[in-house]
Amino acid sequence: MKNTKQTSMKKWMGVVLAGGLLTSGLAQAEFDRASMLANTCVGCHGINGISAGPAIPSIGGLSQAYFIDSMKAYRDGTRPSTIMTRLAKGYTDEDIAEMAKYFAQQKYVQVSQSHDAKLAEQGRAIHSKSCERCHDAAGTVAEDDAGFLSGQMKPYLAYSLQDFISGDREMEKKMAAELKKVQDAHGDEGIKALIEYYASGKK
Amino acid sequence: MKVNLTRRTLLKASAASVAAGAMFGVSHSALAAGNKVVVVGGGIAGSTAAKSLKRLDPNLDVTVIEANKNYHTCFMSNEVINGDRDIKTIRFDYEGLKKHGIKVEFDHVEAIDTDKKQVKTKGGKTFAYDRCIVAPGVQLNYEAIEGYSQAVSKEIPHAWKAGEQTEILRDQLKAMKDGGTFVLVAPPNPFRCPPGPYERASLVAKYLKEHKPKSKVIILDPKDKFSKKGLFEDAWKRHYGYGSANAMVEWHGADAVVKVDAKTKTVTTASGKTFKADVLNIVPPQKAGKIAHLAGLTNDAGWCPINQKTFESSVKKDVYVVGDASIAGAMPKSGYSANSQGKVCAVAVYASLTGKTMIEPSWVNTCYSIVAKDEAISVAAVYKFDGEKIVGVQGAGGLTPGGDGFNAENRKREVQYAYSWFNNIVADTFF
Repeated sequence: MKNTKQTSMKKWMGVVLAGGLLTSGLAQAEFDRASMLANTCVGCHGINGISAGPAIPSIGGLSQAYFIDSMKAYRDGTRPSTIMTRLAKGYTDEDIAEMAKYFAQQKYVQVSQSHDAKLAEQGRAIHSKSCERCHDAAGTVAEDDAGFLSGQMKPYLAYSLQDFISGDREMEKKMAAELKKVQDAHGDEGIKALIEYYASGKK
Repeated sequence: MKVNLTRRTLLKASAASVAAGAMFGVSHSALAAGNKVVVVGGGIAGSTAAKSLKRLDPNLDVTVIEANKNYHTCFMSNEVINGDRDIKTIRFDYEGLKKHGIKVEFDHVEAIDTDKKQVKTKGGKTFAYDRCIVAPGVQLNYEAIEGYSQAVSKEIPHAWKAGEQTEILRDQLKAMKDGGTFVLVAPPNPFRCPPGPYERASLVAKYLKEHKPKSKVIILDPKDKFSKKGLFEDAWKRHYGYGSANAMVEWHGADAVVKVDAKTKTVTTASGKTFKADVLNIVPPQKAGKIAHLAGLTNDAGWCPINQKTFESSVKKDVYVVGDASIAGAMPKSGYSANSQGKVCAVAVYASLTGKTMIEPSWVNTCYSIVAKDEAISVAAVYKFDGEKIVGVQGAGGLTPGGDGFNAENRKREVQYAYSWFNNIVADTFF
């Protein structure tokens, strides 16, 4: 199982690598404090912030606003996490802004991962009805400042929804209302369907 | 195909940027292009430094000299020992580095002439350098334990450099009878991967619990405390009966193993206690890799003093030491530290070649230890340079919460994060 994981990872990492090389080749960049700080993230979050998985999320391409909000929420403990709450305390507002700038310049690359195609179809319908208004293009664009969904790491999507539903992680009122509607109408199956849809990478 | 095309585009683009530089009056000395950097050792620190240099300037001439065609990561090798992971998954080659335009030479470095700025290999080659990055990792001080030697390690493995040694220990554990004793001799500080021996004990116990429940692991330690001690002991209590009459893990601290009888697999401690093992795993004391000593880069303690902002050797000019061999302030000798240091060192080398001012450095270390099925713990830290040395940023980092903060769901997530950490750090280092 671990072997298959690695093969598929290599396949799409190749594309990511090629993209990264081109950018740095053109710009002689990466000699700045933003890159210095971002370098400390990518050992876990992947080259150019695109994770090889299976669970740590990709952060390359996130909007600056979303990145900054997330880091500050980890730092003050309002967003739960295993390790980010500990690491985020090591950075000043200025550091976080620099990192945000770096990752906003990277390109979000969806991960290809196993998913249940039938459930994913159900998830598509739920997403269109309840989530699409704020998570544009199935949550693949930075401009909505709402974090990535489609093509994001599946365990991470599951952990996040679990934390929202349990109340461990705060969410906006409209999201809470929509999530409740999904659960009322479809139960846990509705949440599972959403995760499968996002795991499918479809938009 | 896709990669080739991109590389060609990239080469053209780089050539154009050099031309543009000349046109707009940027002096050639400001460009790092053509400068030769020789990296001695293609482990985590050396490979990361080489890759980072190419990312900073694709026109730099970077050569990595490495003794082995494959690198086996020490991290996750404990999962190979207990059979949870195939050794192929921790084996990496150097094709990734070559694709970035890094030259890779498989050879032993025998000398570094820091006056002539040349590296000499066993194969008879000489490599001139403008900057040399030395990343030899650790060497094992077998002689510190009477009766132990490199030859004996074929029978009584250390498995502290992954590869064949990992396989020997894995096979011995598999062949051990139920009711057998696995004795793990832990090293004194400082050493590679501080939580490593205790993760190993945990994962061996996990295997024993699943397959040979009458057996146990005994850790013999010269130290009176160790990394993540409270968390390990708590996990051992919950999973392996630690502290009880039927403990599958025992830890005996503050009593160094001084002697081994290889024939009977019996060790003797400084206080005179003896332990007979069915499987014996000795992790000897450590110091900087041999070439660091030969090149005169070490201090009396056997490690390499450096300028902790740049990783330039305190002893030799234009030579940088990075990874386990270096004295890097508060940073532990870990894979993540080596990766983080490799990047900072590359920035420093690039700055020195181009006459630019070094960027204010920043480092991170993150170490996961898998302690049982669905349970991992971690330690993390953010580091900065305080003007003299590398220090942890106050208030940041620390351990997975234990005691009242224990959270089973988070421990389970940390296993998945540990696997993600592994996949990402090897990609960042080798791909």
